[in-house]
Amino acid sequence: MIGEGIQSTNQRKHSYVQDRVEVGFFTDPSVCIGCKACEVACKEWNQVPDDGFTWSGNSYDNTGHLGASTWRHVMFLEQDRQKGNQVTGPMGLPNPQSDLFAAGSAEAEDPFRWVFLSDVCKHCEEAGCLEACPTGSIVRTEVGSVLVQNDVCNGCGYCVVSCPFGVIDRRPEPLHDAGGAFKCTFCYDRQKSGLVPACAKVCPTESIVFGRLDDLRARGAERVQQLQQSGYSDAQLYNPTETSVGGIHAFFLILGEPEAYGLPPKPQIPTIYLKSAWTSAFATAIASIIATLVAFAFFS
Amino acid sequence: MTNEPQSEKRLEELREQAWKDGVVPGKGVDVAGGPIPRKPGYYGQAVVKPPVWTWQVPLYFFMGGIAGMSAVLASGAVLFHQVDLARAAMWVAVIAGAILSPILLIMDLGRPRLFLNMLRVFKHRSAMSMGAWILSLFGACVVPGLIALELHAQHIFGGTFDQLLRVAAGIFIFGSAIFGTLLATYTGVLLGATAIPAWFLHRTLLPIHFGTAGLGSAAALLELLGHRIPALNFLGFYAAGVESALLIWLSVDKHNAADRAIHEHGSGWLIRIGEVLSGPLAFVLRLFGLIPFAAISFLIGSLVSRFGWIVVGKVSGSDPEAVFASQQR
Repeated sequence: MIGEGIQSTNQRKHSYVQDRVEVGFFTDPSVCIGCKACEVACKEWNQVPDDGFTWSGNSYDNTGHLGASTWRHVMFLEQDRQKGNQVTGPMGLPNPQSDLFAAGSAEAEDPFRWVFLSDVCKHCEEAGCLEACPTGSIVRTEVGSVLVQNDVCNGCGYCVVSCPFGVIDRRPEPLHDAGGAFKCTFCYDRQKSGLVPACAKVCPTESIVFGRLDDLRARGAERVQQLQQSGYSDAQLYNPTETSVGGIHAFFLILGEPEAYGLPPKPQIPTIYLKSAWTSAFATAIASIIATLVAFAFFS
Repeated sequence: MTNEPQSEKRLEELREQAWKDGVVPGKGVDVAGGPIPRKPGYYGQAVVKPPVWTWQVPLYFFMGGIAGMSAVLASGAVLFHQVDLARAAMWVAVIAGAILSPILLIMDLGRPRLFLNMLRVFKHRSAMSMGAWILSLFGACVVPGLIALELHAQHIFGGTFDQLLRVAAGIFIFGSAIFGTLLATYTGVLLGATAIPAWFLHRTLLPIHFGTAGLGSAAALLELLGHRIPALNFLGFYAAGVESALLIWLSVDKHNAADRAIHEHGSGWLIRIGEVLSGPLAFVLRLFGLIPFAAISFLIGSLVSRFGWIVVGKVSGSDPEAVFASQQR
């Protein structure tokens, strides 16, 4: 057994910050019911301002995307695919002609599935925003999460274009505390007091699980296996460990391809581009000096 | 009662079918967003976040380029004893690099009064941090450099102190030239080392473009200020030649959907107009001896293309297909 086992630690007091244990989120859409309690809990606890009420027309998702004032975002995917062994009739409605309860029946006339996934800051192993921050406002905490220190951030906006997942953003006027960059804090304030992050605490189905990273990895792997055995052939973990991001601390189980969730298939930390860009910059600098010397030496 | 019997008839049919079969197996009209979304990614939403930067940033790129490369020209002029040109170039470097550039950069911050936090840390892996330090050190060289040069040129003091001023002016001017070349080129690294596909795919081209545009703009501005000398004309040819080559490079080095913001939309036109004005057009005008027109063409071109690259970032960052295409498995 690793750590505390693979049971949920969502409702327990803990001392991860004091013990410097790496923690994370495992988010599992196969049990998400799309209630958005995580979004509400996040906004209430962190006092995140409302950023407008608009109808998106995209299923039941009127939140839109993660941003400066949205740190949890429940996605609503409507796909023309089967969800496990679920059989649907025309337009995704129950099919009166087929036996709904015959598991494995492939008579679905109009395969349809509705998938909910609560998106959040990934708290990357190699974090683009943290590397890019010129003020040292963005730091790594004792539990391995990535934290923006709001009072230090001067709103330069470089983290915004350095996040490979499009999570962090600068809060526009006239919202409260505008001008700074904001994202999920992993409820660092709560964790310091031994409390579980607000979103995981309220999740009624434990679709969001908070806990030790090693426990969650084991739990995730087990859940994928379980789902695949019960007919969810396209269940997989989304945790890009092979790219320069080096894995994420808030990882996901997804059904189907990451692109459908707006997740980059091969995210890279932008610092890998530094070497070639600086080489080019230095070459240009030297070429400009030589050109200037040539100009003054031979054309005066 | 109806004006459109055809559509009413269709509704009657549907009602009849619903009554008889209990279900109507039609799919309806496939509008955007439903019933099954057909847009790329998640409802066509951006995968990475487009830059939040506004007009101050491209204008800063332009000013920083002029300022940094003016300091290089000032060093060349000092080395070859062209004191008037050196003074003009240092004035340009101070006004554009030590006054306008910091103002523009601070204006773009979300919280301008915290701008000094930029100097809390030194992070070589952050191009923004390096840029803040480069700009500060450039300012710290170029201002005393200009003061020493002016005091020396106008012979305010005599004797040993004047000699000391001469040496100090030399050191500060060469120092500002070193930081100046970095000031003009680091902005390319700043854009190149991000998650925006159209930017990072051209991370080698961007510093060459920004640096050379800075050199050409500095020479062009000094020409317009009355320093019509062969050395600056040569640099004008050099910069316009390099920009023409970059125009060809950009049109050859295409990455399909991943960098289409450079070739399509309004952003593509900004890049093309900027490159043509500062590349081939400036070169041809210079060939015909129309130096002021060549200088103006180059300056406008490099200003337009700086704005173009920021707009490209906004378009490319909002395009989910560009991100997916740049990460093809």
